[in-house]
Amino acid sequence: MRESGANLVSFVAIGVLVGCGVSLLLERSLTRILLGVILVGNGVNLLIIFGGRSGGPPVVGVTDPAEMSDALPQAMVLTAIVITLGFTAFLLAISYRSWFLTGDDEVPDDIEDQRIVRRAARKEISASDLGSEPPEDDPEQVDTPAPWQRWRGKGPR
Amino acid sequence: MTALVPLPVLLPLLGAALTLLLVNRPLPQRLVSVSCLAATLVVASVLLVQAYRHGPLVVQIGAWPAPVGIVLVADQLAALMLVVSSAVTLCVLLYSIGQGQGETGESAPLAIFHPTYLVLTAGVTNAFLAGDLFNLFVGFEMLLAASFVLITLNGTPLRIRTGSTYVVVNVLASMIFLISVGLVYAATGTLNLAHLAARLDALPDGVRLSLQLMLLLAFGIKAAVFPLSAWLPDSYPTAPAPVTAVFAGLLTKVGVYAIIRTQTLLFPGEQAGTLLLVVAGLTMLVGILGAVAQSDMKRLLSFTLVSHIGYMIFGVGLSTVAGLVGAIFYVVHHITIQTTLFLVAGLVEQRTGSTDLRRLGGLARLTPLLGVLFFVSAMNLAGIPPFSGFLGKLGLLQAGVAAGGALAWTLVAVGTLTSLLTLYVASRAWSMVFWRTPCQTVPSTAPLPALTVGATTVLVILGVGLTVVAGPLFDVTTGAAIDLRDRTPYIHAVLPGGPP
Repeated sequence: MRESGANLVSFVAIGVLVGCGVSLLLERSLTRILLGVILVGNGVNLLIIFGGRSGGPPVVGVTDPAEMSDALPQAMVLTAIVITLGFTAFLLAISYRSWFLTGDDEVPDDIEDQRIVRRAARKEISASDLGSEPPEDDPEQVDTPAPWQRWRGKGPR
Repeated sequence: MTALVPLPVLLPLLGAALTLLLVNRPLPQRLVSVSCLAATLVVASVLLVQAYRHGPLVVQIGAWPAPVGIVLVADQLAALMLVVSSAVTLCVLLYSIGQGQGETGESAPLAIFHPTYLVLTAGVTNAFLAGDLFNLFVGFEMLLAASFVLITLNGTPLRIRTGSTYVVVNVLASMIFLISVGLVYAATGTLNLAHLAARLDALPDGVRLSLQLMLLLAFGIKAAVFPLSAWLPDSYPTAPAPVTAVFAGLLTKVGVYAIIRTQTLLFPGEQAGTLLLVVAGLTMLVGILGAVAQSDMKRLLSFTLVSHIGYMIFGVGLSTVAGLVGAIFYVVHHITIQTTLFLVAGLVEQRTGSTDLRRLGGLARLTPLLGVLFFVSAMNLAGIPPFSGFLGKLGLLQAGVAAGGALAWTLVAVGTLTSLLTLYVASRAWSMVFWRTPCQTVPSTAPLPALTVGATTVLVILGVGLTVVAGPLFDVTTGAAIDLRDRTPYIHAVLPGGPP
């Protein structure tokens, strides 16, 4: 029985793929995040492949059973590749739609962050009770303008 | 009887295929999806009775024997989850039909609502039934892919904005899950849960602990446990009401289910108990404090959702039978109630065009029924005595007291505090929306569709009915918890000849 085909080179490859993928995932642009997802996905697929025994093709009559590679991780990787492909397609669609709607594909700040920025801009970061701001300032009701517009419009004078 | 086990996955998938063919014919499309989910509910109920009486039902797909082939296992826990989830999905489907979600015609993209919804259901049931780690992963991916489509339905700017966060976070969680799957396979050479239960025990402690933590990390993101929960309140509220409702009810609970399953079957020790208890307490506190600060109904409900996930993790972290009983009962209660609350919020939005607490007011006079529906479910969530929320929290707190120790007592205190704060949040929301004199909004005069109100009422009655059937329900959850702690019924059912 042969041991797993993993060696230092394969783990370095996995590490580089996942590492580059993670640093791309930390970007704000959806296209880069997409590339990151692809890289991490391929790194993880390699990891699964190397989790099984290496050897000849797992076909009865072609290879002696003791010399066969482990077919199970290969089957799993096929599934994982299909899933990654689907997610990649969907992320592409989202980033295209985002670009179509807003002109860029950046992941925006979340609502609480925007709220804090707005309050800081008005110098009212301390507790403002409910009802102090009109609904049209509420990000759940209205799409907020791009950050530079907001700063220009309502920044401290 | 085991032939029924794959049906909860197959029926919705079949329905998805049919509804995709019927995209241009709304009436047959709706009939198909409703009948598929109704049939799933019936099958799930039969499975629950069978699993309760005769122990776990196992199907080996394609008759490949267990450690190699794919197995579907319906034990008491899985069957109970199936019943609750299919009942809830059916009600939400009726609600969405009443609301006109999935209409064809001018708004063409919505025609994909029904097929996607059914794929989501199939993913959820597949995750519940999965007998091996990779099939669990596939179940997660099915429901995720469907949820991506549902959360960005129509592709409006707001939904794309929040949807992109949701997609990225969940793809990342899937990657972490996939890494754990790869590592588990590399370490043990199997992914069958029953087989793993035997083989993981032989691993060195450090390796086992790191596998456990990797899996917990992946499921923790899906279940929205505190340090990993920030994505949830941002992404859920913008989706259409029925979508948010079914996400809130089911998707996080699938994560909780996966945590319960892996913590009891694969890692039965108490290694992660302290960690789980600490994050449970933080989840409860941070979640409910977030809810206190919100001024929008749907965001407020999303934060209570995060907060109450903490109760379930608390029960799992105690790693006693009583804790598990409480956790499972709480999952059942919370699936029903959280879905109901989001549906009521959707009704309020449909009636008035807003869910902003600062704008709404005086709705009780306009629509007394809505006021009653929201009041009953909000009190149920907060845990006022006759309701199931009280029973679930009582069970968990008793389990905490019985477990003893400083940490468990702290968690009991935090749980009580969270319950009180939930009561505060719920009653504040109720009085702002339904009670005080209206300030700004002119409510639309169009009456609400009977089907949406009907579906919501049925869910509210189900939630209240949990109290009535609390005795038998506790029997089932106790049976499930004892089986989970014991592990042997599950392992014997899957591998009758013992692990190879």
